[in-house]
Amino acid sequence: MDDISTELQQQVLAARNDRQALNIIGGGSKSFMGRKAIGERLDVSGHSGIVNYQPVELVLTARAGTPLTEIEAALAENNQMLAFEPPRFSGMATIGGTLACNQSGPGRPWAGSVRDHVLGVRLINGLGEHLKFGGQVMKNVAGYDVSRLQAGAMGSLGVITEISLKVLPKPAASRTVVWDMGARDAIGFMNQLAARPKPLSAACWLQGRLYVRLSGALSAVEATVKEWKTAELAQNKADEFWLQLGQQELAFFDKDSSKDNAGMPLWRFSVNSAANIPSLDEHSIIDWGGSQRWFRGEQDKLHMESLAVSAGGQVSLYSGGDRSAEVMHSTPEALQVIQKRIKASFDPDGIFNPGRLYNWM
Amino acid sequence: MSTTNKLSKDELCQLFRGFIAPQNVIADEETLKPYECDGLSMYCEMPLIVVLPETVSQVQDVLRICHSHAIPVVARGAGTGLCAGAMPNAEGVVLSLAKFINILEINPQTRTARLQPGVRNLAISEAAAEYGLYYGPDPSSQIACTIGGNVAENSGGVHCLKYGLTVHNVLSVDMLTVEGEKVTLGSDGLDSCGLDLLALINGSEGLLGVITEIQVKLLPIPEKARVVMAGFDNVQQAGDSVGGIIASGIIPAGLEMMDSYAISAAEDFAKAGYPKEAKALLLCEVDGTSEEVQEHIEQVEKLFNSFGATSIRTSQTEAERALLWKGRKSAFPAVGRISPDYYCMDGTIPRGQLAHVLSEMQRLSEYYQLRVANVFHAGDGNLHPLILFDANIPGEFEKTEEFGGKILELCVAVGGCITGEHGVGIEKIRQMSVQFTELELLQFNAIKDAFDPLGTLNPGKGVPTLRRCQEYRSIEPKEINTNKEGAAHG
Repeated sequence: MDDISTELQQQVLAARNDRQALNIIGGGSKSFMGRKAIGERLDVSGHSGIVNYQPVELVLTARAGTPLTEIEAALAENNQMLAFEPPRFSGMATIGGTLACNQSGPGRPWAGSVRDHVLGVRLINGLGEHLKFGGQVMKNVAGYDVSRLQAGAMGSLGVITEISLKVLPKPAASRTVVWDMGARDAIGFMNQLAARPKPLSAACWLQGRLYVRLSGALSAVEATVKEWKTAELAQNKADEFWLQLGQQELAFFDKDSSKDNAGMPLWRFSVNSAANIPSLDEHSIIDWGGSQRWFRGEQDKLHMESLAVSAGGQVSLYSGGDRSAEVMHSTPEALQVIQKRIKASFDPDGIFNPGRLYNWM
Repeated sequence: MSTTNKLSKDELCQLFRGFIAPQNVIADEETLKPYECDGLSMYCEMPLIVVLPETVSQVQDVLRICHSHAIPVVARGAGTGLCAGAMPNAEGVVLSLAKFINILEINPQTRTARLQPGVRNLAISEAAAEYGLYYGPDPSSQIACTIGGNVAENSGGVHCLKYGLTVHNVLSVDMLTVEGEKVTLGSDGLDSCGLDLLALINGSEGLLGVITEIQVKLLPIPEKARVVMAGFDNVQQAGDSVGGIIASGIIPAGLEMMDSYAISAAEDFAKAGYPKEAKALLLCEVDGTSEEVQEHIEQVEKLFNSFGATSIRTSQTEAERALLWKGRKSAFPAVGRISPDYYCMDGTIPRGQLAHVLSEMQRLSEYYQLRVANVFHAGDGNLHPLILFDANIPGEFEKTEEFGGKILELCVAVGGCITGEHGVGIEKIRQMSVQFTELELLQFNAIKDAFDPLGTLNPGKGVPTLRRCQEYRSIEPKEINTNKEGAAHG
């Protein structure tokens, strides 16, 4: 519950002076992501606590090391939530890491991602300057959007110290219906459902079953369930399913080496919601109404990239496999140049999480 | 690589006419004239040349030529912007994208549209309507403004509390770098690996690149939408009831407030049946399935009553809904009828500060002897004070500008910002040093350098250079007390 930003700033300045690479760590829950971390540990977990929360303004500001569980507990007291449903990773995930890794759960296509909900950040750049961007209001177009730029940057641009987020009311009601069908049909059907003006809030297919969540006013949710005339999942089963999916705790995600998939590489596809990837779909989790797909298996990365490109998107090696090779989708030369220059504009000495995102950055 | 030999205007025209139809390379004073300003006509500058290329490869060639001779380039859509972001540079080229008006694809299955930058905002929803879809962000200028300009300014509108800003609704863009190289930011997926350059481009005011194609998300048209109008005796009660609605768990599709000046001007103009005696008026629209709308409308009416509304009216038909909105949507021209000129500001504040900010604004209004009408996107805290003035009275615009600057400083002091949706452009560049420190502005400048090392894309807009921001800090307009104490409550 402390503000240790001055200490963090001093550590950054010292590292800059010594040209010492820093490995920024919050709760350490996502150390499996990205490329292998190098450098001296910079622990942000001590920089913790909710700084400001105004339920009526729908805005919460917290220090980067604040655990998601703490934030979600405060929100729940006011019947509000982080609408992007981030994974808590056994309670270890912090809000800073969640933004840096751009982590959002099943509601993402309808409610938006953490990138969509961030309103402002404070961060320490590579010169040790503690800067503030964005704000605590819903709309702010003054200056470049440095806050959203942090989403998925994996700490390569600075040490995020504070984040302001838009929060939303919890839906009054939530129900889940299911259809049994194959992957190909499910992809088409999910897209059809999403085009209807109904209160969809999640849609995911796995192992022959399509799960669709409806959230909103009780009357709207009930009327839609009735209209769609399909099996409804019991509330506790439904809650458990979405929780396990969002928390990446379904057996599919299991990293436990005693299981069949024995720590096999886990690939994450971010693609066109209606695209088919015939060779993978039946063995995948198809979430986000078709836009996010998970596949587990030993595969050639370039082959996976070509599948992703034909599906209109990208793939990353989310966990497992060789973490010293590139794990993100390949970047065209022109975009590499721009990204390197942006990195240098924040971190001229390259001390923050070097090589974590790409070998070349 | 840039060369130092300067080209003459004629030489440059000749170069452009080598690959752009001659009538689309404008260099004569009379034809250049309409390009001297955007929607903020108080700021004017005649450009050297205007070009209207018709293909992406022509745009690339324009950029290559300008880059190699270090010539400023100001990209322009419909010119409806309100911050002088598209004001020309006297030594530079205006790159009009007005010929890029094609909707390339509406895909009903994926609920997306691929657009050229010159497509009008409203045209997207019109084209998508046959599939039961529409495009969410709806700036007031949507009949004329273009999607390219919307991306440049990260435009909002009355529906953005629920449906987001432009940045939330764009999936990908094709962008030309200052060197004329084409890159794609984003994809058909909802996120991409690496730095989120797409987030950076939205709202970058043409300072980082030139957008040549945009893919946006489309939303299903809600089954039903209804609006509740409520009049209040005082602004505080109206403000509190906005908080009450949010606290009840309803996110309205639109939630707008007007003060008494705006109410009576709008009513005289639109005859929407607004209560002219009210001190504040709220319009709260809820949309969704029929059942949801019914449930929420009842809650909203109850809430307005409990917060002391003096009149409540709920739309019973689509025609009535349109009429109630007509007053709000015509508020700007309506105010234009009661004053020779008006100046529209665009600050954002935490909603809880509304009553304080309005009373401060009233005080400033008395000090400057200028009337001010307020139109407010209450749901997301975005204020549009309209300062009424007469440009024919010598010195009155300068006074208006200073008053406007004070309003923006007030917004920052209560924890808000200097622009919610109109952008900085030239207009608010002075106030950037109020919202940001020198180090923060330097970081912005470094980002600009990463894209545009020579600084030729829309120079002088958006972010002050350090030298400039020092100048701005040293020019202090005459000091008046803006009651900083109130700010401490933020």
